Amino acid sequence: MRAAVLVFPGTWSDNDCVWALSQVGIESRKVWHRETHLEPDELVVLPGGFSYGDYLRTGAIARFAPIMESVQRHAEAGGLVIGICNGFQILCEAHLLPGVLMRNESLQFRCADTYCVPANTTSPFTRGLDTSRGYLFPISHGEGRYVADEATLKMLDETDRVAFRYGTADGRVTPEANPNGSMDNIAGILNERGNVLGMMPHPERACEPLLGHDDGNAIWRSALASVGVRV
Amino acid sequence: MPVDDRALQQVAMSREEYRRLVEMLDREPTEVELGMTGALWSEHCGYKHSRPLFHYFPTTGPFVLTKVGEENAGAIDLGDGWVCVFKMESHNHPSALEPYEGAATGVGGILRDIFAMGMRPVALLDSLRFGPLSDRNNRRLFRGVVAGIGGYGNCVGVPTVGGEVQMDASYSGNPLVNAMALGIGRREHLLSAAARGVGNPLVLVGADTGRDGIHGATFASVELSEGSDEHRPAVQVGNPFMEKLLMEACCELAEQHGDWIEGLQDLGAAGLTSASVEAANRAGTGIDIDISLVPRRAQGMNAYEVMLSESQERMLVIPKIEHLDDVLALFRRWELHADVIGHVTGDQLATIRDGDTVVARMPVAIFGDPPQYPPAGERPASLDRLQAIDPGAQPDVADSSAALLRLLGSENIASRRWIFRQYDHMVQNNTIIRPGGDAAVVRVRGTSKGVAVSTDCNGRFLALDPRTGAAMAVAEAARNVVATGATPAALTDCLNFGNPEKPDVAYQLEEAIIGLSEAARVLNTPVISGNASLYNETPTGAIIPTPGIGMVGVIEDVARHLTIAPRPGDLVVLLGGPVAQPASTLAGSEYQHVVHETLGGRPSIDLDLEARVQRLVLDAHARGLLSAAHDLADGGLAVAVAEMCIAAGHGIAAGALDAGARLDAALFGEAPSRFLVAVRDADAAAAVATLASAVGVPSTSLGRIEGDAIALGPIAVSLAVARGEWETGLERALAEG
Repeated sequence: MRAAVLVFPGTWSDNDCVWALSQVGIESRKVWHRETHLEPDELVVLPGGFSYGDYLRTGAIARFAPIMESVQRHAEAGGLVIGICNGFQILCEAHLLPGVLMRNESLQFRCADTYCVPANTTSPFTRGLDTSRGYLFPISHGEGRYVADEATLKMLDETDRVAFRYGTADGRVTPEANPNGSMDNIAGILNERGNVLGMMPHPERACEPLLGHDDGNAIWRSALASVGVRV
Repeated sequence: MPVDDRALQQVAMSREEYRRLVEMLDREPTEVELGMTGALWSEHCGYKHSRPLFHYFPTTGPFVLTKVGEENAGAIDLGDGWVCVFKMESHNHPSALEPYEGAATGVGGILRDIFAMGMRPVALLDSLRFGPLSDRNNRRLFRGVVAGIGGYGNCVGVPTVGGEVQMDASYSGNPLVNAMALGIGRREHLLSAAARGVGNPLVLVGADTGRDGIHGATFASVELSEGSDEHRPAVQVGNPFMEKLLMEACCELAEQHGDWIEGLQDLGAAGLTSASVEAANRAGTGIDIDISLVPRRAQGMNAYEVMLSESQERMLVIPKIEHLDDVLALFRRWELHADVIGHVTGDQLATIRDGDTVVARMPVAIFGDPPQYPPAGERPASLDRLQAIDPGAQPDVADSSAALLRLLGSENIASRRWIFRQYDHMVQNNTIIRPGGDAAVVRVRGTSKGVAVSTDCNGRFLALDPRTGAAMAVAEAARNVVATGATPAALTDCLNFGNPEKPDVAYQLEEAIIGLSEAARVLNTPVISGNASLYNETPTGAIIPTPGIGMVGVIEDVARHLTIAPRPGDLVVLLGGPVAQPASTLAGSEYQHVVHETLGGRPSIDLDLEARVQRLVLDAHARGLLSAAHDLADGGLAVAVAEMCIAAGHGIAAGALDAGARLDAALFGEAPSRFLVAVRDADAAAAVATLASAVGVPSTSLGRIEGDAIALGPIAVSLAVARGEWETGLERALAEG
């Protein structure tokens, strides 16, 4: 499997994603936002950062980048797309995922470790994950509070589209574990087919024991294992 | 040009300096020439009061590659072709007026110093000082500065891995905001900031030039006063998004196309003036700039304003003429403006044109030859009075448990988590030791190496004895680095002082530089870069002397780093001095400040002992004897023990202590040159004791990490309560009002 790691002006997790993917043996290429070509079997990664400075609204300008039309087509064709942090915000702005990401409840930027409890174990990104524990993924954002209307929240829950909720190391989803005030403790969600994942935490920062943890690799391994499986 | 006092005042130039300029030019300067000279002869750019003291600094050592003053930052050799460049710089006065933008642009400025050398910035640290947080304005400044650092640093994708903050009344209204950055890269990618090659173009890249920040360098070189608000336009506004693009473009240029260019120089204080003149001075060339070619963001700017604008996020590139198109195309790809604004000349003159009109033309050498004022220091009588105070005259501590809890929750000791959780400290995936330990450790990607870095300075020790206090700052910074298992390699300094034209400040400045230099020499950590911020005064007086030290050390095998967290069952050993200490070690301590609300006495340090203790810790670690290490600093032994326990999540059983005659000094005294180390078992403790006695270093086994209470001599507090005080102290202080 190869990955296409998108780079918008202001993206800063591109190198971290390339590094983390290499830890599980996935080769990647960086794709500048003005490019348009994506290979059908590529894992498309929208990394974290402040695309275009996020001066208007996070992700609001990036969604108009030339590469985004290709991302749209890639997703429609069943290709794998993961948006992390700013990448999640862009996917929401592009309507590939429902809901929006608002300013953290604390009104402050937060950089910290969080535990994310898988709620879905069937998508290409979450297959085989253990729902009885939290996976340690660091967060680093000022606008990560997931907000959606009640109907959307209900639909996400009932259709198994919540990928992760903020929780504890032993897998409990508690209000205290919610770092930003996200509705329903939502840390990440999937599209209907499960081939598009958006999440605020940074799995690519938990990719080797020297950094303290490597829980993030579970997501990439799941994606690797899904190669050839149609969604 | 007939010059009046107002014109001179505007450029902070004295009548005497003006006469010197006229003599050197052999004519009156033009308005533009006067403005340019004033900026470059200001303390901020010209170091006219501090440079005469730089000869004290040790500047060479086994790690040193680029010496102080040669380039925008110093460089050390990490081995195997890897290089680390680093520097610390102040942004105090802008932050006093506009805390968010002042701090933000401080971060931006120091980053440009790093990537101007071709190195990718890998870490940021911030050394901050404020007045007491009981004051509403100090809280406002604190919040604004932290938000500004986060706002800029988080956006550019460089982790903020450390720093420190201290509150003292003398910083009220004159906060210190010192930003430090480190860059790492391959030696062959190191760039020079020299305007070499006659005929090569000068290319200005990045933001358009506006009226912001004009006279910023001058403003940094005068005291803050009631009228300082008028200087608000001298504070620049940052655009971290632009900085990120500049950084990526410049790093790509250095890493892949270093042969396309002769030089790369950032625009900082005094903007285009200092960038172009410094680049020419380094190369022994001249420059010819047409300001009509400089893209503006404001209409009607004259040559004076264009040359002195401190608009942020700009770089000056000196490409080889044959690669001009390649360089312009590279910047265009990063969606940055890049314009040719002039060229390198061989006449050693700085020629500034506005279209067809020459508005300034004078020898580059004059700009680079500011007047120098060897400080005329005079030991203030107040120092004798302060030193004569006997900390032992105060009653000894009655309730040591309560005193420990009070210190743990005090604004100078409480956890800094409230700050660093607002900073992205993990981006780039190299942060091995995060903020909150003794020093941060960053991995050198692609090698087994790591770099440890810490900033330190306790100005109160300098207030009592500037020479000793500065030496203690260097020693503490080095100890913090050693506590991670790294060998201290070199340092950068940020000399924050009051007005050097006053004899007592001049005395402090010279004494501090002597003390700093002595310690740097003994500890083998030369000064490779730095910055002076003088005139830190408000109408109520000068700040306490604060030469911030940024210390960098090297770990050969970063997987073998040490943290401050011991494991349950470990034995904790005190190295470097006995538990029992004389009352004099309370001089300048946080205990003296919090409990007795005084400052007095005379601190002392034995640099030879300091060096032996540091070598001992590194030696013991090399032998695999240590499982954790922590330096003793603010709050002394008791606070250090508590911090280790909190980090471990376990208590300690160290009830039996030989505390000597003064319990307060034993528990809370701040005698330097001491570490706590954790070892696995009694055999390891014995081995450490043997090593220590062989080099004449005292060692005392304190007790075992176990249980859920801190039992240290007469202290008995639950770990949960201690942690609660420590974790919430800063938030509580900031919450008031």
